[in-house]
This record gives sequence, structure tokens and C-alpha cells, in this order.
Amino acid sequence: MIELVEYIAKALVDYPENVSVNQVEGEQSIILELKVDPEDMGKVIGKQGRIAKAIRTVVKAAAAKEGKRVVVEII
Amino acid sequence: MKILEKQAKTVDEAIKQALDELKMSRDEVEVEILEEGNRGIFGFLSKMAKIKVVVKPRPEEIAIKFLKGLVKFIDNDVKIHSSLNNGVLNIEIEGENAGILIGKHGSTLDALQYLTSLVTNRNSKDFTRVLIDAENYREKREKTLERLAMRIANKVKETKRSITLEPMYPNERRIIHTALQQIPGVKTKSIGEEPYRRIVISLG
Repeated sequence: MIELVEYIAKALVDYPENVSVNQVEGEQSIILELKVDPEDMGKVIGKQGRIAKAIRTVVKAAAAKEGKRVVVEII
Repeated sequence: MKILEKQAKTVDEAIKQALDELKMSRDEVEVEILEEGNRGIFGFLSKMAKIKVVVKPRPEEIAIKFLKGLVKFIDNDVKIHSSLNNGVLNIEIEGENAGILIGKHGSTLDALQYLTSLVTNRNSKDFTRVLIDAENYREKREKTLERLAMRIANKVKETKRSITLEPMYPNERRIIHTALQQIPGVKTKSIGEEPYRRIVISLG
């Protein structure tokens, strides 16, 4: 899942070298913390969070296959 | 990625030669000047101009490459077909788990389409519209929405009361507006702000 979030974020931003994803395991779910360059924040969030929502939707689809609940947080 | 180096008397001349050789136009390539070149004095001390030309990947190449890499995380075994017509790139995903790729009401398909469109048009001057489909979902959904529109329109005419539909994406609202345009006795409009914009069907 980390690789997936990284893959999408790197394709969207201007500074792919500053993309990092950290995984925090919870009891029932996995939290993926996505960090990008401050200048790239808009590129992964989008107007009214539209891009963030699309990233979450795709990650959810990939996670469903593995039967896990995954939360993507942008920090 | 195709790369070509050229030497000529001037930078402009070198660019022209490179483009002739590639049979491409200036906006299909990126040019890096390696040596400016110098005419010198009476032919002495003259230096050739040297450039490097890099052929930019075409939008459909960017789109397919990104989508293939993305879909791999959801379904290992997919085939992707695409065709480009008048700036519209149609992509068809074929796979065992098409249901997961489509998602509820096509939400995953829409997300894949939106992200691919962003990546494709990120660095390009011309906008390429990206449309992604799997298992003919788009057409089926269009038919479903048209049927829904007709059913609600009849209900509005019977009860003489307006009916508000649930929020929908612009492309889905467009299907309903279009379907009811030719139906006498009812009219449609959209209210609210994205992403909660919804259609109201009323007498008219």
C-alpha cells in the first residue's frame, strides 16, 4: 500500500524526491501518512479535496482486495 | 525516450536540422543548448553550435504508462486498450476483477480517470480528455440513468410535485439533463454546490 500511495503522489507533484509515506498499523486499520513538499500540497489535495478523495478511492480499492481498511492522511 | 544531438553553424540551424530529421514540430520536442556557437572573425575562432533534442512522450504514452503502473496495485492481470480521437483518449481496461476497478457507482473508475487525466495533462499545453471504461460500465450506467430520469419524470407529471435527485457528478447530471430535454411537460435544473450539486426535476 505504501508503494501505491507513493506511486500516485510522485506522478502528481513537482518535487517527487520530497514525497514520503509512513505506515502506522492500528488495531483494525492501517494509516498511511503522506508527506509532500509544502509547495506540492495543492497537487495532492486539489480543489475541495478532489485529488485527495481520488487517491483515497484508489487505495481503498487496492486494500479491499487484501481485506484491510486503509486510511490515507496527508500531513 | 528518443534523444538526438546536432551540430550546425547556429543554434536555429541545428534545431531545424534535428526537426527535419525527426519529422516533428518544435512543440513535440525539448531542446537543450550544449554550445551556443560563435561566428568568429573572418572565419577564425568560429565554433559550431551544438544542441540536444529530446522527444517529449506523447500524452497517450504518459497516460497508459501511469495507468498500467497504477492498476497493477489493484489487479495484476489486466489488459489495457486505448484509442485517440480528436484530443479524446479512450481507454478500456479488461481484467478478472473488473468489479473492483469499477467500484460503487463507478467511483473507482472515476478516480482512476481523474488521476490519469491530471498526470497526462500536467506538463502539456494541449488538453487531452481522458475517458476510462471497464466492462462497458459507462454505457450501462448511461442507460440506467436515462431510465431513472424517465421514471422520475413520469412521477413528477403524475404527482405534480418537483423531485430532487441525490448528488451526482457533472457527467452524470449531463446525461439526465439531456435525456429529459426532449420530454414535454417537465424541466430540469441543478442546485447546490459541487460536489453536492443535485438535479431538480419539476413541471414545466
